[in-house]
Amino acid sequence: MANDAITLDLAQGEVLALLGENGAGKSTLVSVLFGHYVADSGSIQVFGRPLPPGNPKAALAAGIGMVHQHFTLADNLSVLDNILIGTEPLWRPLSHRREARARLLQTSRQFGLTVNPDARIADLSVGERQRVEILKALYRGARILILDEPTAVLTPQEVEALFATLKTLVADGLSIIFISHKLDEVLSVSRRVAVLRQGKLVAMREANATSKAELAELMVGRRIDAPVRAPREIEGSLAARLSVTGLAAGGKLKHATFEVGRGEIFGIAGVSGNGQAQLADALCGLLTPTSGEIRLDGRTLAALPRAFIGAGVARVPEDRGTVGIVGDLAIWENAISEHYRDPQFSRYGWRQRGAAKDQAKRIVEQFDVRCSGLDAPARSMSGGNIQKLILGRALVREPIAIIANQPTWGLDVGAVAYIHSQLLAARARGAAVVLISEDLDELFAMADRIAVMFHGTLSEAKADWTIAEIGLAMAGIGEAAHASS
Amino acid sequence: MIAIAAPFAAVAFTLIACAALVVWAGAPVGHAYVLLFEGAFGSRFAIAETLTRATPLILTGLAAAVAFRAHFYNIGAEGQLYLGALAAVAVGGGAISAPPALLFPLMIVAGAVAGGLFLLVPALAKTRLGVDEVVTTLLLNFISLLFVSMMLDGPMKDPLSMGWPQSVGIVPELTFGKLLERSRVHSGLVIAVVFAVLLWIVNARTTFGYEMRAVGANARAARFAGISVNTVMLKTALLSGALAGLAGVGEVAGRAGYLTLDMSPGYGYSGIVIAMLAGLNPLGVVLAAVFVAGIIVGADSMSRAIAVPTYLADVIVAVSLLSMLVATMLARYKVRWS
Repeated sequence: MANDAITLDLAQGEVLALLGENGAGKSTLVSVLFGHYVADSGSIQVFGRPLPPGNPKAALAAGIGMVHQHFTLADNLSVLDNILIGTEPLWRPLSHRREARARLLQTSRQFGLTVNPDARIADLSVGERQRVEILKALYRGARILILDEPTAVLTPQEVEALFATLKTLVADGLSIIFISHKLDEVLSVSRRVAVLRQGKLVAMREANATSKAELAELMVGRRIDAPVRAPREIEGSLAARLSVTGLAAGGKLKHATFEVGRGEIFGIAGVSGNGQAQLADALCGLLTPTSGEIRLDGRTLAALPRAFIGAGVARVPEDRGTVGIVGDLAIWENAISEHYRDPQFSRYGWRQRGAAKDQAKRIVEQFDVRCSGLDAPARSMSGGNIQKLILGRALVREPIAIIANQPTWGLDVGAVAYIHSQLLAARARGAAVVLISEDLDELFAMADRIAVMFHGTLSEAKADWTIAEIGLAMAGIGEAAHASS
Repeated sequence: MIAIAAPFAAVAFTLIACAALVVWAGAPVGHAYVLLFEGAFGSRFAIAETLTRATPLILTGLAAAVAFRAHFYNIGAEGQLYLGALAAVAVGGGAISAPPALLFPLMIVAGAVAGGLFLLVPALAKTRLGVDEVVTTLLLNFISLLFVSMMLDGPMKDPLSMGWPQSVGIVPELTFGKLLERSRVHSGLVIAVVFAVLLWIVNARTTFGYEMRAVGANARAARFAGISVNTVMLKTALLSGALAGLAGVGEVAGRAGYLTLDMSPGYGYSGIVIAMLAGLNPLGVVLAAVFVAGIIVGADSMSRAIAVPTYLADVIVAVSLLSMLVATMLARYKVRWS
């Protein structure tokens, strides 16, 4: 059950935070509120009137607006067009654009959200797009605004700007439901915090009467100790393990040069869409670089997945369900998918099922992969277990390099802690780890050095960033943002 | 479970839906269907006819199943079938003098190779240039038939055929032997069933089968894991074309004895229906092929007894494809009425 007998109330002019780890049911709850899903039982009342279920139009008419985690904007249209979509009845022959534009500008002035109505969405930054999403809701007269994980895609400076906007909205009498799993933000912006765990509402706290530690324990139900990164043991003199020079690929990656030494975690930060996906693909052997090269222990690697696998590069892709595993195949078949041609798993073209299943069993046991049997299809596992399988099959061979792209995205706290501890263990064994992540907390906790991707160029790597500095670099401002050459 | 229930549900629905057509033709429904069933399976002769029909259908069904599973939509089995038959005639028509023990396997291989190479062209176009294989394979059917027509009217024409465009006959030593006396069932059936079993084994037990299944299920993930997707696609295309070519060999060397332009009443296309009914499973293809063959043979026999046109068979086969597609889609969703 995604939501189990939840009872909530929202006062006018308050910010209520919905806190919970991934899979707790926060998104499901607000989707029911907004009409994307129909609840099996229970009722919702908005401003004293019952809300018809399963009808986003009714929710909008009742004054509920939602900013989704994945924006619902048409990239090829202008800001004004996006805001107009769905607001005008189909039977009207003429579009009242002038009135709409005036109303849009008035709304944006009222709430301090500056936009250019004629700008194309595709040309806007993520923070600006989010502003358009908020304006979409305000334009329709929303008095209740739901924000689903709004800060996941923003730089630190943009987060500050968003919080200022929320203050303005609240001053005007709007009520806000703010969904997040980030404790700092929740405590700084909300008045009350509702904690969801496994579909149930387990606690309601006043923000100024609780602490991060209490909220964390309520979220998870037990104490989780985050793994701690020990200082790097192997320093300096040995040659770099992984060396990337002048890499350009896929159009979006323009220039990346960096080196990762033995026993080091190299973090790559940056807002999504600045070339990290292309860099990750090139580092996995999936994309042929248009220039530059990748060297492992001195040897250049050919741009083929098989070459990278053979060289001992472990790869954890961003898209675990659709790229990391073949969902319809069995778990044991996925466990050996990268090495299915090895002599132990394939002799004269015949598969050695026994050996393969043994290896799969080893991985499942060693890496705590919960599944309903080795023969079950891989897609039957939860996201966290799929990731553990992918990580396990990569790490079980003691790789010398690991490429991890958003490895803990969407996972619960327990799985995140496990994956982090595995990466740190690999680091202690001398592996070179590249960690690409949009989660600054993760990077600061795990990485020895961090470089920032902006518009396809990788900045210099530093070990001592401040939040403000890295935020500026992510937005392309400041000297730290310039490429190393 | 769904994989087994869906085709039966589809067939049941088809028979009910087509009963309406029988009523429209003015015949009693129950009687018509009884005649259909008896015509397909009701006597030794009926079963033999059904099995004879099923032989090429098993092979074209396998051709479609193999290709479709890799998401390579081979609509050209008809053309590959004819080229396979043409190659068989070229080798087995008496033009080459060599011991039959050598020529017999050579004839079969020639048919398979002809079909396989013919599909290689669209396969390369897809992997290298991204050209849609539905379009290329479909249009190549016409080219193949026209080519065969040209050969049958020209270099490969039987001089004794009195002007009719047909090929020389396959030399008697090289024709497929009869499995059953006084019937048309020939050893091509054995070849077809053997290939179905072989294909099942390849899918389940071999490395190539694993590659085919991985590429078919998720080409992106397969590529990530180091499988060479294009190579697997090309190998799959060769296999699919070869199977369709073998269907042609079986028809010309087992049933007809010589090649004419009307040898195949759309076996290549029916193979697609059969593959879908079988859920792309090689062993299921054998059952589905026997079913479709039964419908065709039974409708033939039924139409001779009562006034229902034989086209009913085509309609039943087509409706069963549509029902199967709907059944597999419905199996994935739960419909809730609000």
